[in-house]
Amino acid sequence: MILATSFFHNQNFLRVLYIVAFALFIYGLMGLTGPRTAVRGNRIAAVGMAIAVIATLLQPGEGNWGLIVLGVAIGTAVGIPAARRVRMTAMPQMVALFNGVGGGAVFLIAWAEFRNTGGYQGTALYVAVFSVFAAIVGSISFWGSNIAFGKLQELLPGRPITLGALQQPVNFLLGAIAIGLGVVIVAGSHSELVFVLMLLSAALLGNAVVLPIGGADMPVVISLLNAATGLSAAATGVALNNPALIVAGMIVGASGSILTNLMAVAMNRSIPAIIAGGFGGGGTVAGASGAGAFEGTVRSTSAADVAMQLAYARQVVVVPGYGMAVAQAQHVVRELAKALESRGVEVKYAIHPVAGRMPGHMNVLLAEADVPYEQLKEMDEINPEFARTDVALVIGANDVTNPAAHTNPSSPIYGMPILDVENSHSVVVIKRSMNPGFAGIENELYFKPNTSMLFGDAKSAVADITAELADI
Amino acid sequence: MLVTNLTILVLAGFIGFAVISKIPNTLHTPLMSGTNAIHGIVLLGALLVVGFAGNSAFNKVILVIAIAFGTINIVGGFLVTDRMLEMFKRKPTSTPKDGEPK
Repeated sequence: MILATSFFHNQNFLRVLYIVAFALFIYGLMGLTGPRTAVRGNRIAAVGMAIAVIATLLQPGEGNWGLIVLGVAIGTAVGIPAARRVRMTAMPQMVALFNGVGGGAVFLIAWAEFRNTGGYQGTALYVAVFSVFAAIVGSISFWGSNIAFGKLQELLPGRPITLGALQQPVNFLLGAIAIGLGVVIVAGSHSELVFVLMLLSAALLGNAVVLPIGGADMPVVISLLNAATGLSAAATGVALNNPALIVAGMIVGASGSILTNLMAVAMNRSIPAIIAGGFGGGGTVAGASGAGAFEGTVRSTSAADVAMQLAYARQVVVVPGYGMAVAQAQHVVRELAKALESRGVEVKYAIHPVAGRMPGHMNVLLAEADVPYEQLKEMDEINPEFARTDVALVIGANDVTNPAAHTNPSSPIYGMPILDVENSHSVVVIKRSMNPGFAGIENELYFKPNTSMLFGDAKSAVADITAELADI
Repeated sequence: MLVTNLTILVLAGFIGFAVISKIPNTLHTPLMSGTNAIHGIVLLGALLVVGFAGNSAFNKVILVIAIAFGTINIVGGFLVTDRMLEMFKRKPTSTPKDGEPK
C-alpha cells in the first residue's frame, strides 16, 4: 500500500501523465481536420484533460480538498447547463464568455500566487516575470471578453463606443501603466497595492480596447481574445513549471493567432487597424458619404415572384449572413433548399470567412439545420460560379456582398475580398429594411438592375417563399 | 527549469501552428469552443496554488472562483464542442435523419 502510494506520487510518474495528457490534446486536435473524425478528436482531447487533472490532484502536498470540490461543483453546475442549452446562433457570445472565464482564472491564480509568496519572495526571477505577464494578459482578456459578450448578447450597444481622438493615447497610457507597474513588481516590489493597480489598469485597457470595436469586426476580436487567453495560460504554466499548461496554452495561442490573421485577411484590414477600432464610427463616415448617391433605383419584390424565379432556376446560391443568425432562419432556409432540390434545382451555399460574428459561424448554423457540408462553398471556390448562377439569394448578408469593395477606392471596405453575387443572372436580397449594415456603408448591390429586394424578417420571408413555391 | 520550460513553449507553439493550420474553415467555430475547453487547463494552475499551505481567507475565495472558472471552461467547452461536432457528423445524404456514424 505504501509502495503503491509512493509510486502514484512519484514526480516522474506524474510528469509522464502530463506528457500523455498533452499528447492527447495534440492528437485530438489533429482529428479536427475532418468533420467525420472531429467528434472523436474532441473526446480524445477531453480524456487528455481528465488525465492532466488527475495528475495534478495526485501531486504531493495537494490539499484543501473541500475548496477543490466546491469550485469544481460550482463550475460543473454552471458549465453543463450552459453548454446544453446555448443556441447555435449564440455561439459567438458563448465563446466570448468562455474566453473571459479562462482569462479570469489566469489573473486570479497569478494574484493568489503573488499573495502566497509575499510578492514573489524567494522565487526565481522568471516566475515573477511570467506570472506578471499572465496577470496582465489574463485581466485584459477577462474584461475584453466580457465587453465582447455584452455586445454580442446586445446588453451593450453593438456600435463602436469610442473616446474619439483620445482613444489611442488613452489605450497607450493604460498599457504603459500596466507594464510599468509589472516591471516595478518584477524589480522587487512586494506591495499588493501595486499588483492590484496593475490588474486594474489592464482591466481598463481590456474595456478600452473592445468597446470601440463594431459588431462586424467581432470575428477578429473573439479570435484575438482566444489567443490572449491561451498565451496567458502558457505563461502561467511557465511560472508554475507545469508542462501540460504550457503546451495547452501555446496550442490555444497558436489557434487564436491563426484565426485572427485569417479574419483580418478576409477583411483586408490590419490587426492594429481593427484594434484601433471605430469601424463604422466617425473615421469612416467621410468615406461612406464620399460614395454619394447611387444611380438607379431599388426594386422591391414579393415572395411569390421570388418563388417563381427560384422554381425555374438551374442553380441557386444562398449567401447567408449575420441576419440569418439573428432571425434563426437556418432551418427554414434548409426547408426551402429541400423544396428546390426536389424540383431539380441545384442549391449551394456561399460562405464568406467573416460572415456572422465568429469564424465558421455560418457553417455551424447550417450544420445544425442538416445542410450537408459538401454544399457549403468557400469564397474562392464559389466566386467563379456566380456567372453560371441563375439566382443568388442573399439572406441577411450585407458588406460581404458590396461591390464597392472592388470599385470604390473611397469606400472603407475597398479591397476587401467579397462574394461576387452581382455576377449572377439575378440577385434577391432578403433584408429587414434599407438601413445600411453594421459598417454604415451603403451597398451598391441593392441599386443594380438585376437586384431585387424582399423586405422582411429573414425567417418569415424565406418561409413565405417556400409556401409560394408549393403552389407553383 | 526556465530553459526546459522555454523549450517546451517554443516547440508547442510550432506544433500548434502546424496542426491548427490544417483545420478547415467549416470547423472553425468548433475549433474555438474546443480551444476554450483546452485553455480550461488553467484549472491545473488553480489546483496547484490552492494546495499550498497558508492560503488566507481571501485567497481561498479567489481560488475557488478560479477553480470554478477553469471547470466551466473544461466541462462547458468540451460538451458544447461535442454537441456541435455531432451536427457536422450527420450525413443527411445517406439517411434522412439521425444517420448512424458509419
